[in-house]
Parts: sequence; C-alpha cells; structure tokens
Amino acid sequence: MKMFGKKRVAVIGAGMTKFRRHLKETGKELAWEASKMALDQAGLELKDMQSVVMGTAPDAFDGVHMKGEYLADGAGAWHKPYSRVFVGGGTGVFVTDAGWWHVASGQFDTCLVVGEEKMSSCYPHPAYAFTTIFDPIFSRPLGVTLIWIFALEMHRYMHVHGIKKEEIALVSVKNKRNALDHPCAQLGANITVEDVLNSEVMCWPVQRLDISPTSDGAAALVLASEDVAKKLTDNPVWIDGVGWCIDSTFWTNRDLYYPKYVQCAAQMAYKMAGIKNPPKEIDVAEVYDPFDYKELHHMEGLMLARKGQAPKLTAEGITQRDGDLPINPSGGLLGVGNPIAAAGTMKCCEIFWQLRGEAGKRQVKGDPRTGLAQAWGDLMQYGSVVVMRS
Amino acid sequence: MREVAIVGVGCTGFNSVTPDVSYKEMMFEAATRAYQDAGNISPRKDIDAFISVAEDYWEGFSIFDEFVPDQLGAVLRHLFTVSGDSIIGLATAYMLIKTGYFDVVALESHGKPSDILTLYDVVSFAMDPILNRPLGGHPFYVAGMEMNRFLCETGNTKKQCAMVVAKNKRNALGNPFAAYGADVDVEDVLRSDPHFYPLNKLDISQPSDGGIVMVLASDEVAAKLNDNPVWVRGIGWTCETPSLETRCWSEAVYARIAAEMAYKKAGVNTPSKEVDFAEVDDLFSYKELQHMEALQLCRTGGAGKLTEEGITLIDGYLPVNPSGGSLGMGWALEASGMQRLLEVVLQLRGEAGSRQLSDVEVGVAQSWRGVPTATGAVAVLSNC
Repeated sequence: MKMFGKKRVAVIGAGMTKFRRHLKETGKELAWEASKMALDQAGLELKDMQSVVMGTAPDAFDGVHMKGEYLADGAGAWHKPYSRVFVGGGTGVFVTDAGWWHVASGQFDTCLVVGEEKMSSCYPHPAYAFTTIFDPIFSRPLGVTLIWIFALEMHRYMHVHGIKKEEIALVSVKNKRNALDHPCAQLGANITVEDVLNSEVMCWPVQRLDISPTSDGAAALVLASEDVAKKLTDNPVWIDGVGWCIDSTFWTNRDLYYPKYVQCAAQMAYKMAGIKNPPKEIDVAEVYDPFDYKELHHMEGLMLARKGQAPKLTAEGITQRDGDLPINPSGGLLGVGNPIAAAGTMKCCEIFWQLRGEAGKRQVKGDPRTGLAQAWGDLMQYGSVVVMRS
Repeated sequence: MREVAIVGVGCTGFNSVTPDVSYKEMMFEAATRAYQDAGNISPRKDIDAFISVAEDYWEGFSIFDEFVPDQLGAVLRHLFTVSGDSIIGLATAYMLIKTGYFDVVALESHGKPSDILTLYDVVSFAMDPILNRPLGGHPFYVAGMEMNRFLCETGNTKKQCAMVVAKNKRNALGNPFAAYGADVDVEDVLRSDPHFYPLNKLDISQPSDGGIVMVLASDEVAAKLNDNPVWVRGIGWTCETPSLETRCWSEAVYARIAAEMAYKKAGVNTPSKEVDFAEVDDLFSYKELQHMEALQLCRTGGAGKLTEEGITLIDGYLPVNPSGGSLGMGWALEASGMQRLLEVVLQLRGEAGSRQLSDVEVGVAQSWRGVPTATGAVAVLSNC
C-alpha cells in the first residue's frame, strides 16, 4: 500500500439521538434527528451535502429487506449519491471510514455519515436476529446464540492470561459511571464490582451487568474536505487514519484469546496516521465494549496495552476519564447503549467532541490531540478503526 | 490525477439453477479467474482492499459479510461489504483507488436466487412496512404500474417493449454466460401470459445464479498487470426516494441523475453521439427503454422508436444490451449490474466472441436495484 500525500478529511459536525427504546420514531426519523444535529453543528444544510453514506446492521432487526434503501430519505439521501456499508457490529466506525474515502478520493467536498439502528421492533428480542448469523450447517443446528460464543471468547481470554472476573467487572463499573454524564445515555449508573458479580448469570462467565443493553438510536457526522472545513470552522478534527480487517469465517479454528484482526485494522490506521507508539501517541480512545471483557481485549488488539496487561491498566485507574489513557469517556456501549451501528458512530462523535473540547462533563483532562474509535463485528472477526487529530 | 482501470474479470456464467455449487464455490471460481486474468496476482499479497456486494435477505443470513473472506483469499485482509448494487460497489472501488492509498481493489458480486424458496416474498419485505407492505400482493405490481405510467407519458408502446425482449433474448443466444437465450418474436411476447398489467410473462426477467469478480487498479499498477485495461472514465450513483407515493413514475430520475454525474466526470457532452454502445438495466422490458431515455441516448419518448428501427440491435448504430441483458442472462440480484459491466469490459477488450461489436471505444453500463427501489448507478468505460 502506497503512502503519499493526499487530501485530508475533516469532521466538522456530530449529532446523535438518545439511546433508548424509541417506540414512536421510525428508523428514518432517528436517522434524520441525528443528521440534523450534526448539520446544525457544522452550520450546514442538507443541500450542502454532496454525498451520504449509511451504516446500519442486520435487516432482520427491522424486518425490512434492503434496509439501506428504506432509510435513504431519513438520512437525507434524496437525489444524492448514497450507499450503505455493512460489516456487522463494526459498521458504526466503518461508516466513518467510508465517509473518509468519499471525500479523500476528491469526488466530493462533503459527506454526511449516518449510523442508525432500531432494535426494539424485533420480536420477541433482538437476540433472535442473531441466531441467523451462524453457518447453517456447522453452527445453527447447535442452537448457538451470540452470548454463548462471547462466553467462549471471554473464558479463553481469562484462561490464557489468568484474569479474574473482578478485574473485568471494573470496566462495567467505570463505563456505566462515565455514562452518568452523557445526556443520551441509556444505562448510566453507579454500580460496584459486587453488583456485577452478583448479577444474573447469562452464560458463564458472562453475567447480565457484563453486557451492554439493546437500544434504538442514531448518530451522524458531517465530513468535509480541507478547503471547505477551513472556511467553516477554526477547529476541524482531522481523520488521519482509517483501518479495517476481516478474519476467517471459521472462528472455531483460531485462538480467541487475541483479536488479531483488530491489530491488523489498527496497524493500517496507525500507518496512515504515522503513529509508531500507540499508547504514547493516543490521548483518548473509544474502544468497542459490548461486553466488559471486550474493552480489555480490544485495548490489547489496538496495542494500547500489551497482551494480558489491559486489566492492570484498568485496575490502576489509567483508563479512567482523569487517567493517562482514558478509555470510553462517553460511557461506551455498556453505559450509553448499544444500537449496533449507531453505537460505533456514537464513538466517533465522542472522539470528535473530546478533541474539540466540547465533551462537557465528560471532557478528559489535558488537551487531547489524538483520539481513536474502534468497533468490532461479524463472527468475532472484524475490526474497524478511525484515528482523528485536532 | 490517478486513473482507475478494470484489469481483471472472472465470471462463473449464469444458470437458472445451480444445485452443484454453493455460493462460496461460485465466488471462488469467479475470483480465481479474475485474479488470473489480472496478471495472476495473489489476493494475499497484491490486493489492497476487497469489496463484496451483498444483501442479507438475499443470502439468508443476518450478517452475510461474515461468510465472504475465505473463498476470496481475503482472510486477515481489508475486506468489507457494500449492501447495494454492484455498480455502486464499482464506485466504491473507484473512490478507494482515487484516495491514493489503494492500488489494487477486488470487487465481488453474486446472486443465487435458486437457493431462495420464497424469492418474491423476500422482495415484498423491501416494501415500506407501514404504508405499502400491508396491502399485500406480489410486489411486481409496482413495475406494472410504472410501465403503465411510462408508456402513457412517453408514447412508447407495449409492442416496442416486446421488441426489446425479442432482441435481448436473441442476443443472449450468442452469450455463453447467459441463462435465458431464446429465439422469440414480438408475437410470442405479446401472447405470453399476462402477469402485472401491462407486463406479460416474457417481459419479466427470470432469476439466475452466478458470480462475477473484477480487479481494479490505479493507472501505474494497471500497466504492469494487464495489456488490455478498461478505464473507468466516469461513475455516478444516486437514489431517488424509497417512497412509492412521492417518486416520479414516468421517468427513471435516479438513472438520469447518476448518468449526468458519470458523463460529467467522463467529459461526455452528447451521450447519443459519444457512447458507442450501452448495457442498461432491463429487469423488465420497459426498463430498457426508460433507462435509455434517462441516459440521454435518445430523446424522451424516442427509445421505442429506436428499437423499432433496429438501431439498438447488435449490428445497429447504437447497440443496447448486446449481452442479452437481464432478460437474456437472468436476474442475478445484486450481480445484475455486474453483468452489464462485464459485457462492457469484454466488448471494449474485443473479447465478446460472436457478439463482438466493431470499433467500440466508449461503453456505458447502468444498473437499477429492482422493485421497489429507485436507486441506480451508471459507469462510463473506455478502452483508450
């Protein structure tokens, strides 16, 4: 892959809906609410957007085939170049990567990036949509569910490094507390490690408070080329690195203790951004945390911690909002909520607000200059990463 | 400014049923051929990004992206899925290369509708769940209504639509990849069973299975991989609105806007003069006429007349769908646009066998995502 100077892409606006059950709004309306907020922050109108890219996860949540088409006018795509990218849970961050190439290619000066998910319409529970993500011959007959396979992964991770459940529960405690300061959060709470350990066992070692909730919501970003961004704002946030990677479909054939695909995606983004020492150079990170152990797992995959060392950083408070390497200052998926694709885009929004110093009570200490957002998807198989700088 | 070329193509061919292969085997076969065609490149070393074009409901999975990497040689590589039409996939590959960070990109698309027990019920799940789906019925009534409006507003006739069917099915006889080649005449079409008035059975393309993979490269790399690059000169894509209630029913607005975007990039000012041949979407017979007009290959209301005069025949002045189109090759779901693209590439390379057109330099490929969408894409390609 060649690296030579090309067009820089800026984020100039971000917006999101509340993450919760939205019975009254359709997915289209959620998409528009977030888009409008992002446009307002950028000081632009829909007519200024030259292209639109949509991220939304399984059609089975809504029971709408070609969901991207259905959501098009909600995302403001009428008469505009519009496409949908889809990489499972990794979609929310990946859609920002997709917005990046719309502008970095020189084809468009502006791009509206929208992540949307409405899970509550899936009956009886969104988890049922996930029963059809498995291979119909090898896995589905086992009656396997999403939580089972993550229990396998969590177990393996704990076993290889000798990590205790207490160490992992600290992530849930931190993120839910962080979410108390997020106006859009669904599950902000002051809980203790004991609360996590005493919560209902879902599939050992996964317990209820180890898991993020299901939610409805949308998040959006306005992207612009360097010329346009400089005219509109004094403090654009630059997308300096994007990365994505997929591992084999056959998740049963790899060692689950380490997400190599996340490392590969991070390496792509770090190379593009010229980052050589991630823990030193990254000031704040939004790491995908649908389960508490995943935050630790992904910190290691992103090379923000050495293998097996992420629980130690967490115990030492380094990943707290006032620590040296704040992780998920928003409250993450565990606290803010997990409308799949929108949750990843929310992470990109949070990094944008943090780097602009606009995160209010959630603002991390110091003057963060470089931030990272990451999401994870498919069958424990996909990593998507974006690196931003102020 | 770096240019983008298609340097490798691979196709499985299309068939009405393919019980002998899985979708993975189809993808593998198409990919292997495309990599070989692109100078025998290795996907594990030489390809910077992979794009798969797929929709969950067509595939019967909730996250189909999971099942893509292995058979394309893309394990631990930079692959992703575009849930859209394959020419929108081409636009994505084009943009990736234009960023300057990617030199070689692979694009995959397949359709295996014979695996779908309830194909048309799946289509009806694309209808608005609140306003339209509860009305029930086979979703192709939308196409029947649109055809009615289109014929009424433009003055094109049902007989001219039947001529499209006869032409395309006959063209398909010369295409070894085609599933539905046949020697039918206008009367056969008009006498076939009425389906969704004014559509008759033969006005509607039949489902077919198959896969196509293409390899794209930047100009510097293209020169090293293939002596016969086909250049992507312009590309455009857009969506009108998913709302049946508020969209335009006579004109293919999505195709017009996409074409304007593609022509502008390609520097094409007078499409009817500068384009040598076109592969346009013809999932339904009237769509070929509607799309020709949207692509400005003729005036509004003039497409039927051109067809009647034989201008769009394979030996005409402006051949349209020399491959046989979807009416001849079959409706391969999201790969339908890739069929159009493949034919343009083969024609521009001079590899179209018995249906080869002479002296062609500029070809246009256009796609539509089918009922009930109003989304489409246009690519302008040239061999010089």
